[in-house]
Amino acid sequence: MYELKINGETRSVDVDGDTPLLWVIRDELNLTGTKFGCGVAACGACTVHVNGEPTRSCQLPIEDAAGLEVTTIEGLDGPVAQAVQAAWQEIDVPQCGYCQSGQIMQAIGLLSENPKPSDADIDNSMAGNICRCGTYVRIRGAIHKAAGKLEI
Amino acid sequence: MMKSLSKESHTSRRGFLLGASGTAAALVVGFRPGKASLAAGGDGLVHNPFVRITPDNVVTVIAKHFETGQGSATGLSTLVAEELDADWGQVVVEWAPADATVYNNLHWGAFQGTGGSSAIANSFMQYRKAGAAARDILVRAAAGAWKVPAVEIKAAKGRLIHEVSGRDASFGEMVPHAAGLQAVEEPTLKDPAKFGLIGKSIPRKDTLAKTTGEAVFALDVRVPGMVTAVLQRPPKFGGKVASFDASETMKVRGVVDVKSVERGVAVYAKNTWAAIKGREALQVVWDETGAELRGTDEIFADYEALAKQAGAVARQDGDAGTALAQASKKVAATFRFPYLAHAPMEPLNCVIRSDDRSAEVWTGSQFPTMEQGVTAAILGLKPEQVKIHTVYAGGSFGRRATPNADYVAEAAMVAKAIDGRSPVHLVWTREDDIRGGFYRPLNLHRVEAGIDEQGHPVGWHQRIVGQSILAGTPFEEFLIKDGIDATSVEGAQNLSYYMPNITVDLHSPKVGVPVLWWRSVGHTHTGYSTEVMIDMLAELAGEDPVEYRLKHMKDHPRHQGVLRLAAEKADWGSELPEGWARGVAVHESFNSYVAEIAEIAVEDGGAIRVKRIVCAVDCGLAINPDVVVAQMESGIVYGLGTAIRNAVTFDGGEVEQDNFPVYEPLRISEMPEIEVHIVASSEAPTGVGEPGTPPVAPAVANAVYAAKGERIFTLPFSESGVEFA
Repeated sequence: MYELKINGETRSVDVDGDTPLLWVIRDELNLTGTKFGCGVAACGACTVHVNGEPTRSCQLPIEDAAGLEVTTIEGLDGPVAQAVQAAWQEIDVPQCGYCQSGQIMQAIGLLSENPKPSDADIDNSMAGNICRCGTYVRIRGAIHKAAGKLEI
Repeated sequence: MMKSLSKESHTSRRGFLLGASGTAAALVVGFRPGKASLAAGGDGLVHNPFVRITPDNVVTVIAKHFETGQGSATGLSTLVAEELDADWGQVVVEWAPADATVYNNLHWGAFQGTGGSSAIANSFMQYRKAGAAARDILVRAAAGAWKVPAVEIKAAKGRLIHEVSGRDASFGEMVPHAAGLQAVEEPTLKDPAKFGLIGKSIPRKDTLAKTTGEAVFALDVRVPGMVTAVLQRPPKFGGKVASFDASETMKVRGVVDVKSVERGVAVYAKNTWAAIKGREALQVVWDETGAELRGTDEIFADYEALAKQAGAVARQDGDAGTALAQASKKVAATFRFPYLAHAPMEPLNCVIRSDDRSAEVWTGSQFPTMEQGVTAAILGLKPEQVKIHTVYAGGSFGRRATPNADYVAEAAMVAKAIDGRSPVHLVWTREDDIRGGFYRPLNLHRVEAGIDEQGHPVGWHQRIVGQSILAGTPFEEFLIKDGIDATSVEGAQNLSYYMPNITVDLHSPKVGVPVLWWRSVGHTHTGYSTEVMIDMLAELAGEDPVEYRLKHMKDHPRHQGVLRLAAEKADWGSELPEGWARGVAVHESFNSYVAEIAEIAVEDGGAIRVKRIVCAVDCGLAINPDVVVAQMESGIVYGLGTAIRNAVTFDGGEVEQDNFPVYEPLRISEMPEIEVHIVASSEAPTGVGEPGTPPVAPAVANAVYAAKGERIFTLPFSESGVEFA
């Protein structure tokens, strides 16, 4: 049995210690907003916040997650998250939408550290998140837009 | 993805019917096959509507096309809402069940499916009429309720208004008064000048769910008692299971069963991780007697040999041989295009529940009636006993449109192997996806073209060697004529430049690698070879690439229109910074016309950086301009990343790539600026999902030539030694 704190609740799961956090979140806790894309930390679809930091949940075994605070897209709260989701909605960023939970989690991480990122900052932070639909132009636009909302 | 299977529209054989759903609880409008009578209120039609209006004032549009990001749910709803005069906020979308008699693609005959950038094109009149017929009924319902002439009632933003008496009501309030009213067969459609939603960038219907994690994809479907299965497939295409040893697999905690099925060995487990670990522990001996054993180099060598022989003639005008022999100047090139994986973000997966009388399938279904029929055949059921639940698809790019129902068929086999004991979720990993076949076929083109002394093109010979996508599929009879697979030569056979002497011929060798349509199908390679060749002819003639194209596509005004618009917006011919260059390409696919101008910069060290793509598109009437822009952006990114570095290659019959680190899509840090301009048009709408893709690779390649003097004939560009930053 492993305990973890997720979206403000403490949950225990009966899985092998090497089970990646991704599959604990999806299969055991049934929080399906976090996606499986590659399993090798190359696409960012599984990005969640661990102690506030964007983290690829496919690479974190549950046995190493003790004491960590995990937030998934279902548990988002606060002004940065609201600004990012609103910006995403206002400019209709998603196409197929499958990668967008990961993109949004990554973007919130960026804006939480750097409220006014340049294009280069966005490239550095977001380059690990693949979008096969190619919504990158709009992701960039939405991050700038969210930054603008936070400024006010 | 697919071209029209049948030009015959079935609309004429259909009538509109209205029926209250038994109890006047809802107003529903739909088409039904013409052989049925037009009597009102028949029970059969209420199950097959395109729009349903309920007393709670919700307008539900029933989408016959799946949503994989291309915007079809928004587009189809817009068509209904426009003619219905609904308020956009009251409109919701649900997916149609599998039923080819009602929800068929009107371009394809009796088949329900999405592809060939046809969702809006085939539905344009059908969904508008459904909306108009519903509006007409609501107006008459209000007229009856208020005892006023119907002509005095107006509909606007979800309300019915009678100005003379000052009465008004919501659509929902009038639903009970519509019971028993019969729809007119040919409702009056709006004058396009009065469109209020069509042509406007109204918000997408799927954005909210896709920004909160709430959108349900097949991977998110949970059915009580469900087990997860992964399948160990043969390492070489055509291999079969000879024997397997699951003793270590069964020791993995959570693994519940292992079964051999036609496509490989299935590992069933209580969760995905256990299934993956169980598969890693599996020992399988493969029978490779019938397997494809060639490597990429050997396949190319075989194609090269074929390219020396005449193929089946797809087009012959004049005498290209003589014209080329007598040409003042000529060029020749051999183009090589690799196999490509679609790699949609959501790894393929499918949930299935079955018993001996019925089955249910949950997937992002692109070919619902095909998947229904194939599942039924595998499970020994009738098609109508199989219910297809369509959910959001996490990308497709053609991958989900498999004529053998591929991964859905696998799920049915895997469910059958345990006698439907538990519902099964068959999940592919990314490795399964990249190595799983159904690729864009590898192609080799040999092209020779010449000009006369004035620079006019006089002869063109294009020989294409590539596997047929359609051979052996149910679509063969529609799209293979006289040995020519239309999807192998599209874009070359109908070359848009005036060419007095032209031959296009084709070899369709058999290779044991499964192939499939990949975003823009044949145009993925013909768009490249033709647009690089025409650039070479312009150079031979000493003329500007844009001017030369315009001059020699005189009978193609819509090609010219997009080319002129892109050139104007990109300020073609103006000075660029040191080390920068421009390239251009224009190509029609799926009846939409796209020109793209690439601006690139050669960085220190010689690597290329794509700075900007200026795109002009003519897709007829743009139902939602912002969705059109999004699809051009999408097609450009998809085509650009692939051209730069993607290839699926084989060594001894085994795929050499397995995951994104070695099949790496374009990333945000490599993004050029993209500018999209839409040609104003009142022509019927045509597709936008695919046509943005073909021009980008040749536009960039032509820019690389302008910058560095190197022509790129082998794709991806990295194979030609051209690196991108």
